[in-house]
Amino acid sequence: MRFVRDYLVPRLVQYVLVVFCGITAVFFIPRLTGQDPVLEIIAQIQAQGASLDPLAVRNLMETLKELYGLKGSLFEQYLTMWRRVFTFDFGPSFFQFPTPVAQLLRVYLPWTIGLFATSTVLSWVLGNIIGGIAGYFSGKSWSKILDAVIMVIRPIPHYIFGVVLLILFAYVWPLFPARGLSIGRGMALNLELVLAILRGSFLPALTLVILGGVVWFQQMKLLVQNVKREDFVEYARVGGVKERRVVFRYVLKNAMLPQVTQLALALGQVFSGVLIVEMVFSYPGMGLLLYRGVTRGDYNLVMGITVLSILTIATAVLLLDLLYPLLDPRIRHR
Amino acid sequence: MEALRELFRDYRFAVGFVIFLFLVVLAFLSFASPYDPIRQLQVPRDRPPSRAHILGTNSKGQDVFWEATFSIRNSLIIALIAGLVSRIVAILVGFVAGYRGGTLDRILMGLADGLLVIPLFLILVMVAMLLRGSMTLVNTGLLLAFFGWAWDARTIRSQILSLREREFTKTSVLSGNGTMSLVIREYLPFTTPLIFSTLINNIAWAIGMEIVLAILGLVRLEIPTLGTTLQWAITYQAMLLGHWWWISTPVVLTILLLVALYWLSVSVSEYLDPRMRIQRIGARS
Repeated sequence: MRFVRDYLVPRLVQYVLVVFCGITAVFFIPRLTGQDPVLEIIAQIQAQGASLDPLAVRNLMETLKELYGLKGSLFEQYLTMWRRVFTFDFGPSFFQFPTPVAQLLRVYLPWTIGLFATSTVLSWVLGNIIGGIAGYFSGKSWSKILDAVIMVIRPIPHYIFGVVLLILFAYVWPLFPARGLSIGRGMALNLELVLAILRGSFLPALTLVILGGVVWFQQMKLLVQNVKREDFVEYARVGGVKERRVVFRYVLKNAMLPQVTQLALALGQVFSGVLIVEMVFSYPGMGLLLYRGVTRGDYNLVMGITVLSILTIATAVLLLDLLYPLLDPRIRHR
Repeated sequence: MEALRELFRDYRFAVGFVIFLFLVVLAFLSFASPYDPIRQLQVPRDRPPSRAHILGTNSKGQDVFWEATFSIRNSLIIALIAGLVSRIVAILVGFVAGYRGGTLDRILMGLADGLLVIPLFLILVMVAMLLRGSMTLVNTGLLLAFFGWAWDARTIRSQILSLREREFTKTSVLSGNGTMSLVIREYLPFTTPLIFSTLINNIAWAIGMEIVLAILGLVRLEIPTLGTTLQWAITYQAMLLGHWWWISTPVVLTILLLVALYWLSVSVSEYLDPRMRIQRIGARS
């Protein structure tokens, strides 16, 4: 059971640490601003023209403090925060009062996870394989052209790339819906719905796969260009192993493993990209929910989304770490 | 100067430099603008490009071209503030962690790693929500700087770690130089190119992030930047109404700016990588 002690336990400890630090950061960093969300809300209400007498303001402040978990000393507030995380109760949402934040998150989270998982896996696999082949044949002209195209795509941020695709494929050449997907309750699961979901998710997924894929492409291309020069590859080629086999079994497989570790490091950024893309295409996930929450000043909702995102990313990293031994026999048989 | 001439041989550096220069000129043109950047209804609304308004006018009654010059200028200001301030933090953290090592190193790097794993973007949004009213150009830049140092501190630290092991460090310490003079006189010149390349990347990140903050309505929307221009175009349904000249201006400018910055940074860091330099020299001879 050395595997459990040397591999599994450290990963679990790391998981707990990441969640702990992340949620502590979410608690403390906004407090560094010295701004009070309660006063903010009251200012908003008063700016809308409602006149409140001092007593009403006091009552309102008390209620809001309770709802935001801002009662008591800093330490008590910190404990309240953790209680909220464990009971998954972030109070009511303000823009859809009085729906609890947790209920909104439960509706939107599966959509985000679906998009996140599909696009991450697709971009990783496609980016690495194409990048690997392009790296192996880096002298060929198609490889150079691909490289040049990717040099242009790589620096474009998610939002701008999404807008470009939206303009091109929803307005100029209307292949896909511009308004995104709308979800309702009690939808019957039939072919029509599946098609609608596929159509509505295609552009967001395409944006993520391309922008994520180019990063893996470039990294893999560099890696393979180095692995290609190693002795065992040369030996295999001289020994008459077929070129296809050399590329896929010898070179790609060896260069792919470090990329799994890279993926774990990049997941936080990838997830942010997913949220941003969801806003562009009105895809019914947590990004759209975040957009609505932010524009309406719904502090509870944004807090819930942030905490849930930290949990999602940490869990995804843990899953990846647990899958890793299946891919790399060196760790399994240590 | 020799270095610059060498860099210009790389087409990516040359192209990136020319595009960047073009955009900087546009930004400076804003000082000659005949219109006020904030006032609305100064010109007829929703006109396509014509001789009087080369990029047309928008639904707010502003000239798209002259608004664009302001937006590039302001986006560059935000990005420069974010880039320069976060460089100071990154250099300090990187140098201290790399040179001192030990517990301090572990604490600082733990902090930097923590900032990398948690979705920074969301915390940035939360803070911006609280500061909403006061998100001027300078404050937006500072906020982005607060979140933008972690990765580069790591990069700088690893460079310092390798410098510390080199012979000249011992020579310098044994000949009685103080830590400050060693760090400033010996290490800084070595790391300057690296810091410059991280600066370019950070500027590009800040420009992209400002756009998202603007879309969320978290910066002062009346100040034209690349992000707020796009946000107004989307709010006024420019896509649906076919006002392509309005919405594509910030999109095209952002892409040009980021591609130029990226090419400059790739070119500079390849120039700095000695392995690549050997390849280049080998290729030429």
